[in-house]
Amino acid sequence: MIRKVRQHLSQNESLIFERSSPGKIGYQLPDLDVPAVDAAAALGAASVRAEIEGFPEVSEVEVIRHFTRLSTWNYAIDLGMYPLGSCTMKYNPRINEAVARIEGLAWAHPYQPESLSQGAMEVIGRLEAALCEITGLDAVTLQPAAGAHGELTGILLVRAALEARGNPRKKILVPDSAHGTNPATAGIAGYSVQNVASNDQGMIDIEHLAGLVDDDVAALMVTNPNTLGVFESNIAQAAEILHSKGAMIYMDGANMNALVGVARPGDFGVDVMHINLHKTFSTPHGGGGPGGGPVAVAKHLEPYLPVPRLKRMKDALAWDFDRPGSIGKVKAFYGNFGVMVRALAYILAHGGPGLRNATVDAVLNANYIRHKLRDFFDLPYDRPNMHEVVFSDDRQAAKGVRTGDIAKRLIDYGFHPYTVSFPLIVHGALMIEPTETESKDELDLFIDAMISIAKEVDEQPETLKNAPHMTRTRRVDEVTAARKPILRWK
Amino acid sequence: MLAACGLASADELFSQIPAEARLQRPLALADGISEYEIVDYFKSLAAQNANGYASFLGAGVYNHYRPVVVDTVVSRGEFLTSYTPYQSEISQGTLMTIFEFQTMVCQLTGMDVANASMYDGSTAIPEAAMMAERITGRHKALVARSAHPEYREVLATYARNQGMQIEEFGFDRATGQIDFADLESRLDKGTACVIIQSPNFFGIVEDAKKAAAMAHAAGALLVFTFTEAASLGILEPPRDADIVAGELQSFAISPSYGGPFAGIMAAKEKYVRQLPGRLVGESKDSEGNRAFCLTLATREQHIRREKATSNICTNQALIALMATVYMELYGKRGLRELAEQNLAKAHYLGSKVKPLFSGPYFNEFAAVPAKPVEEINAQLLEKKIIGGLPLAKFYPELGNAVLLCATEMTKRADMDTLAEVMA
Repeated sequence: MIRKVRQHLSQNESLIFERSSPGKIGYQLPDLDVPAVDAAAALGAASVRAEIEGFPEVSEVEVIRHFTRLSTWNYAIDLGMYPLGSCTMKYNPRINEAVARIEGLAWAHPYQPESLSQGAMEVIGRLEAALCEITGLDAVTLQPAAGAHGELTGILLVRAALEARGNPRKKILVPDSAHGTNPATAGIAGYSVQNVASNDQGMIDIEHLAGLVDDDVAALMVTNPNTLGVFESNIAQAAEILHSKGAMIYMDGANMNALVGVARPGDFGVDVMHINLHKTFSTPHGGGGPGGGPVAVAKHLEPYLPVPRLKRMKDALAWDFDRPGSIGKVKAFYGNFGVMVRALAYILAHGGPGLRNATVDAVLNANYIRHKLRDFFDLPYDRPNMHEVVFSDDRQAAKGVRTGDIAKRLIDYGFHPYTVSFPLIVHGALMIEPTETESKDELDLFIDAMISIAKEVDEQPETLKNAPHMTRTRRVDEVTAARKPILRWK
Repeated sequence: MLAACGLASADELFSQIPAEARLQRPLALADGISEYEIVDYFKSLAAQNANGYASFLGAGVYNHYRPVVVDTVVSRGEFLTSYTPYQSEISQGTLMTIFEFQTMVCQLTGMDVANASMYDGSTAIPEAAMMAERITGRHKALVARSAHPEYREVLATYARNQGMQIEEFGFDRATGQIDFADLESRLDKGTACVIIQSPNFFGIVEDAKKAAAMAHAAGALLVFTFTEAASLGILEPPRDADIVAGELQSFAISPSYGGPFAGIMAAKEKYVRQLPGRLVGESKDSEGNRAFCLTLATREQHIRREKATSNICTNQALIALMATVYMELYGKRGLRELAEQNLAKAHYLGSKVKPLFSGPYFNEFAAVPAKPVEEINAQLLEKKIIGGLPLAKFYPELGNAVLLCATEMTKRADMDTLAEVMA
């Protein structure tokens, strides 16, 4: 039975270009207080365009209605649980939004004098220090704009340090359970990728790893907890194997929400890692960004961090550009500052004990789901999990229903789907991460929905294959979209 | 819930973590504080930054008015708190806004296709250069020294580890425009692309047509970048470029001490499969209604892994939405008028403070003050004015020159004061 939702009216809306009519405006500019300039004379006639062909012309209220209508076609955390595994869709506190908009922060120009930027620099300094404490590592750069950008920065740091020793080496090891960004990053950093097989417990096979690590290996990129939601309990041993051969261990911190306040990567041998501020530290995903991908490093990688570095002088903060070992800049200016403000607000609101409590709740919620759903869905790796749990569609596939169908049916029950068909080492994966945000009530609603769907698989599988049924948009033809791409309005 | 999990205590949740890997003490962070205290804290930090100053800083980050409607839209939880729109049936709102974004980026730049956004302008440049490498099979990028210095630094960081060779070509010291002779002398059969910025870092409008012709004659692509999107309201778009990679910060994105901004990447149709990042396409649902979805994902890291066109995953969706709302509010007429106002303001300033270069400029230009620029800027600060950016840091060859920017937000009285102090 569907308990969370029922249907209501949904407004139609066309593309803004189809609403456009000549002469309509939605903007105001003050009268010029200086003489107007003839553009052709100032810029040269050939440099001046006649008009922006096809650009919309609409009124302010049309703009508001346009976007408000479109917004109602989206699911959002504000509407309920968003159990995407490895995405950490937690509540985005609105206080974060409010403080990021304070004028002295939001309108700070990156080139304004340091003497007039001390508040912004303090945000950066304090967040760096907090992330050092949380990760157990020695230094943090906030310059990377997102997780994958942090990965690239981290691997470039590894490369720089190895180069300084005389040989950047050739290979990055990546477990077969890794996010796609890991191998893609290694490629962009100039390394070849070698896959590391998982053992029957879904963890890195230590013996296999020991056999792979040689003088060509620069680093192992490992997600911990891994994408099965399982803590790599041999992580310290893996670090030893790598370190003994002069290689390093890079940790993908996408799943850091399972560890904050409980365990610190710096304490179990990690040399370098990235953190996703838009996952663990509650900054909003915004439909796909902006993010923040800080990189934390052990002392020996600190000389290579991107420029500039924040320096605490006697009575002021300063930017230090004189860093001869640095890999250079990975992004203009200092990073996604507005995202940093939000993350720091989250850390201050929680405090040390609150951060740990959030971790406990996140892990408890995921284990609760495992226990409640294990009788209905196959658990390929049946062991205690951390912040997320991965089922497979084995039982349902026997009836011709796949994980993608179950996901689409979940939409009818009022939930966003879980992560579908990932990690790749689980056939037909259902990857569920509830986060600490969800109350027992919301979890029980979700569990009921999943159990109800499991019953539908037995009784009416066709319902699932055509799902969703209740949305304003039914299953989208993605094949035609890719075969004959229409990527803009004309 | 613990009982339902068969656990006696919350600590047992972490039994899979070996004891030696566990943190055996509380985090050394203060206890949590209330909402009021958080507001108070950040207000006190904001008070240590510049407040109530007029500013002549541009240099890649511009002060443009941000209409109230933009924040109204992006504050809606359905946009703010949703994930990347992989599940198209319940993400049509985000998907349609991205489709409109892609369309308007094409209309602005004169390109055929555009992606859903990049982190920012600076990181879009190496992505464009890598794309040119894939297309041409060549490994050298020629970049104009008059392109944003930080963009060039980011390009250098990416290139260093990929066997991509970066060479700079100079600018004409009289006009501030590309030194075409220098560019031509460096073009060869190994050149994948020529990267130019217009208006360039000095605010000067470049001849992109000529640069394109020169690049194409050598079998290279033209990568065009811009930091001041408002200029495209009046300037001829780079129709002859092959790839356009730039920054939309000017469109309702607050300076925010340098980010988050929204980069764009657009190209000619034939290069669509080499574009990095997310793309939204139009399709139909099973009932024949118009519907949108992410498409051509076989270019991307989650499918292609180490063979992907880029490692980019999260981009700048919400920031791109700000720019989308802005472009729709201002529309065809508004962007034109905005550009005209910027042009008028900067040229008023240019009539009071003599530009260093003779090339045509949009809303910023370099000038050389009579006294050391540090002295001038200190004097201006006393009058609650942040002066221009001293150029020596990035261009030692320009000595005492300063980069001045005027937008529709710049007041005539402040320009008069600036001119007096600089004289």
